[in-house]
Amino acid sequence: MADGKVEFELVSPERLLASRAVDMVIVPGGDGDFGVLPGHAPLLSTVRAGVILVYEGREVSDRIFVAGGFAEVTRERCTVLAEVAMPVSEIDTGKTEQDLRDARDDIAGATTDSDRDAASRRADIAQAKLEAVRRSTTH
Amino acid sequence: MASLKDLRDRIGSVKATQKITSAMKMVAAAKLRRAQEQAEAARPYAERMERMLASLGSSVRGTPGAPPLLAGTGSDQRHLIVLATADRGLCGGFNTNLVRRARQLIIELRANGKDVQLLCVGRKGRDAIRREYGSLIGGTVEGIGRKAVVFEEADGIADRIRTMFAAGEFDVCTLIYAKFKSAIANEVQAQQLIPAPVPEASDDAGDDLGGAVYEYEPSEEAILADLLPRNVSVQIYRALLENAASEHGARMAAMDNATRNAGERIKGLTLTYNRTRQAMITNELIEIISGAEAL
Repeated sequence: MADGKVEFELVSPERLLASRAVDMVIVPGGDGDFGVLPGHAPLLSTVRAGVILVYEGREVSDRIFVAGGFAEVTRERCTVLAEVAMPVSEIDTGKTEQDLRDARDDIAGATTDSDRDAASRRADIAQAKLEAVRRSTTH
Repeated sequence: MASLKDLRDRIGSVKATQKITSAMKMVAAAKLRRAQEQAEAARPYAERMERMLASLGSSVRGTPGAPPLLAGTGSDQRHLIVLATADRGLCGGFNTNLVRRARQLIIELRANGKDVQLLCVGRKGRDAIRREYGSLIGGTVEGIGRKAVVFEEADGIADRIRTMFAAGEFDVCTLIYAKFKSAIANEVQAQQLIPAPVPEASDDAGDDLGGAVYEYEPSEEAILADLLPRNVSVQIYRALLENAASEHGARMAAMDNATRNAGERIKGLTLTYNRTRQAMITNELIEIISGAEAL
């Protein structure tokens, strides 16, 4: 373990996306964002759709969008199991807006509960993506 | 004795076969490399998930009201066997081995008076088992990983299994697949999927928790409720990837063998061909010479 650093790991079902030592990670937990510094108390949490902020020094070095998953935090490690993950800079705003409109149409047109749930989940993810882009450009 | 033309034709057809098998071998080798990379890339996720499940599961398992995906339905009467095979043949004993394991399991379970249902992933497995146990097949999934296995496909299968489980159609689910070991070796696995087997949380996990327990956010139960269905998908995804890599490995080995056999066959046929040709020439010469001597 590097001194004063957190081992940050981001894994998707397809592959290991990141594994390195960083100074701080902010994870969008199911019950609200939480920051992970070295020596954090062991924690298991769900992750909602949102942005993971990776800090090196005092600067944000990476903004990574995740569409939900799980996070495991131990004293020296922060592992995020994400369903979908991509750097915020790679989000295609036009396509995402289209996705959001499609999802909303699907919600309106859904005939069963499970269809509606699936569509509203998609809408939530698209909305979180747009929010992520908006926040990263205004800051 | 076969005529020269017959021999020539046969040599030609064996050569054509050899070309096909050697091309298939090369295709399988290329696909194997990709499948292997994919299978290896997917391992970290499955491992991390297992670790989380281990630390969560062991504490929740005994408590009343534990989710059925973890604790089971309290019965083990009805079994669902998910048999993952390839869609295509010509890969040596790959499909046969998987089907044999499934058959074994069915016989074993039935001998104990259990009810068995089958879900076949992959056409070859279904075709092979249909004759004997056609009535048990509850469904088939085909066309998995035609290009490369994607997570959504695995999720789709998992969704089907979860729906069946929620509807109370079975108590225990076992997944049969071939674990990839090397290009020439794989190992048939029968893995219990539901209820999720919880490995003992090992002490040498690498992180020193200093005896501390995890905090849970929002709560142990809520995380488990999310994690368990997800785990089914991930395990199936991993099995499909391992299967794909094993399939291509087995096909490569089988095609390598076939190419070599064809080579030997060509050698033998060419020898016969040359001998026959020589015999005919000698015959003609004898005829000419004895004709000349008679004069």
